[in-house]
Amino acid sequence: MSARLMQGDEACAEGALAAGCRFFAGYPITPATEIAEIMARRLPQVGGKFIQMEDEIGSIAAVIGASVGGAKAMTATSGPGFSLMQENIGYAAMAEIPCVIVDVQRLGPSTGRPTSPAQGDVMQARWGTHGDHPMIALSPSSVRETFDLTVQAFNFAEQYHTPVILLMDEVIGHMRERVELPDPATIKRVERAGTTVPPEWYKPYENFPADVPPLVPFGEGYRYHITGLHHDERGYPTERPDEVQPWLERIVRKIERSLSDILLYDQDGIEDAETLVIAYGGTARSARHAVELARERGRKVGFLKLKTIWPFAEEVVEHAAERLHHVVVPEMNLGQLVLEVERVVGRHKVRRVNRADGEMIQPAEILAAIEEWEWVR
Amino acid sequence: MGKVSKQPHESRLHERYLRHSKKFPNVWCAGCGIGIVLGAIIRAVDGLQLDKDDVALLSGIGCTGRMPVYVDFNTLHTTHGRALAFATGLKMVRPEMKVIVVMGDGDALAIGGNHFIHAARRNIGLTAIVVNNSTYGMTGGQYSPTTPLGALATTAPYGHIEQPFPVAELAVAAGAPFVARGTVYHVQELEKYITQAITKQGFAVVEAVSYCHTTLGRMNRWGTAPDMMRRLKEQSVTLKQAAGMSEEEKQGKIVRGVFVDRDIPEYTQLYDQIIVRAQREAA
Repeated sequence: MSARLMQGDEACAEGALAAGCRFFAGYPITPATEIAEIMARRLPQVGGKFIQMEDEIGSIAAVIGASVGGAKAMTATSGPGFSLMQENIGYAAMAEIPCVIVDVQRLGPSTGRPTSPAQGDVMQARWGTHGDHPMIALSPSSVRETFDLTVQAFNFAEQYHTPVILLMDEVIGHMRERVELPDPATIKRVERAGTTVPPEWYKPYENFPADVPPLVPFGEGYRYHITGLHHDERGYPTERPDEVQPWLERIVRKIERSLSDILLYDQDGIEDAETLVIAYGGTARSARHAVELARERGRKVGFLKLKTIWPFAEEVVEHAAERLHHVVVPEMNLGQLVLEVERVVGRHKVRRVNRADGEMIQPAEILAAIEEWEWVR
Repeated sequence: MGKVSKQPHESRLHERYLRHSKKFPNVWCAGCGIGIVLGAIIRAVDGLQLDKDDVALLSGIGCTGRMPVYVDFNTLHTTHGRALAFATGLKMVRPEMKVIVVMGDGDALAIGGNHFIHAARRNIGLTAIVVNNSTYGMTGGQYSPTTPLGALATTAPYGHIEQPFPVAELAVAAGAPFVARGTVYHVQELEKYITQAITKQGFAVVEAVSYCHTTLGRMNRWGTAPDMMRRLKEQSVTLKQAAGMSEEEKQGKIVRGVFVDRDIPEYTQLYDQIIVRAQREAA
């Protein structure tokens, strides 16, 4: 495919289509509206369907309904809409329905600043819905990466039968970059596994190898029950303690046992580094530049860019930071993912760089934090 | 004699449509009207000779929300108020399926009111059955959007001061092409309305007026389940009868019948035309 000038939101829509997304339901909200607009135009061209629902709650509900019908399905929103979707995101986790939820983060809380970038929904992405549950969240830092991670989000959703959140930010959503998209033939697409068992023997939530249930789309001859209540292997509600907790542990385990597949990150210069910078999303661009500036000044700085932010890359961070004196974590919030970093490497090693004023963090601010450590030492 | 000859067939309905693997009894109180609505749905589906694989039964939360688990269709028990939105997604990707949505009055009209009016306006091909018992039964008798003015409820201990929604009239105003109201006393009529609703191209609403004798009925001293069933019989009139009554005479009456049956283009069929057009323009 030839190079194009493309916006992050557009790359997200094109990535979804390339992944096989054939259903989108959404509600207008800045800075994610472009994704809905593009899907409204593009989906029917490929035989897919778009609907603008009456609110974000209806949007995620329609997405789950479409996925139950067998379609790869997605919605896109920003913070306020993401908050409204939380109950049904939990439903998708509980009932194990694949779907992709895009949150193009803007500055919150509340209406906040709709056109300003932020990374304030990191914890909401992990813990926004009630109860214990697994969660996969990916965060791109460029337009091309938005395309790739959107494809990846669908693949994870279909492979693990779980909702996957693509946590973009306003900078990435609205930024235009020259991108070269991959040849569609080379894109890896994961399709729902289904079952080989005949309908009369079929149990939708039977504990299969890899802990992923063989859910068959509605309308294909396998009649069964799906509920947000705790349920047994047939999908029927259960109140038995010996069924409830093992089941809950299974849906968490199905993600945790596949971390080597799910944890995506880039790292460089970690081997001989004295300071490590950990960043994700739009902030990773400033961080990368700061790392380069510091190296020009002779500092030994390693860089770890997280693409998968949930589950948190605990062992990766632990391993990268174990010989290091300092870790710098810049975020466009008052400190969210840094809590995980501090938990893993210890608070004494970590220097936070935070902005929640609607502006991006400048490389100079991160550079100052890197050099401040040197001075302290 | 017609009814007698129907008996052997009727007796097999539970074998054909109830889930053998599901642990019975059901969650409903003895004397509840919800099972009667479920029976009417089963007989309607059977009468239409629909393939069970092509039928989806969805619900939200509440006593009525527990209906789908017992029947051998594709069943989806969703979140409170959102069943119509889940059903919208399912119907769009499986337009050939008969998608039936059962909701209580609180589910359909309070928390789910927005989805209800918009599904009607959009005219997507769903069958929406609202079991109206005028209360939140599962949580113990709080006032709902259809609780009568002046009634006692656990959250209206001094009497209810809000006006109730007329469900069928609301659905007509919101644009639904088919709207009927029946009661759980008039079972055969209810089955007929549900049959018509399933057959209708578009968003078809059936309000099934029921009661809750264990919460609202008990608090208001409206009597036992048979007493409340008798009230449905005695206090309801047909649309035809209502036409000849004054406003005062109609006070407190339940008006039964088909309120509207009109042809409006159905959403998924219109969307198919969008696909044809988009693909032609892209080519």
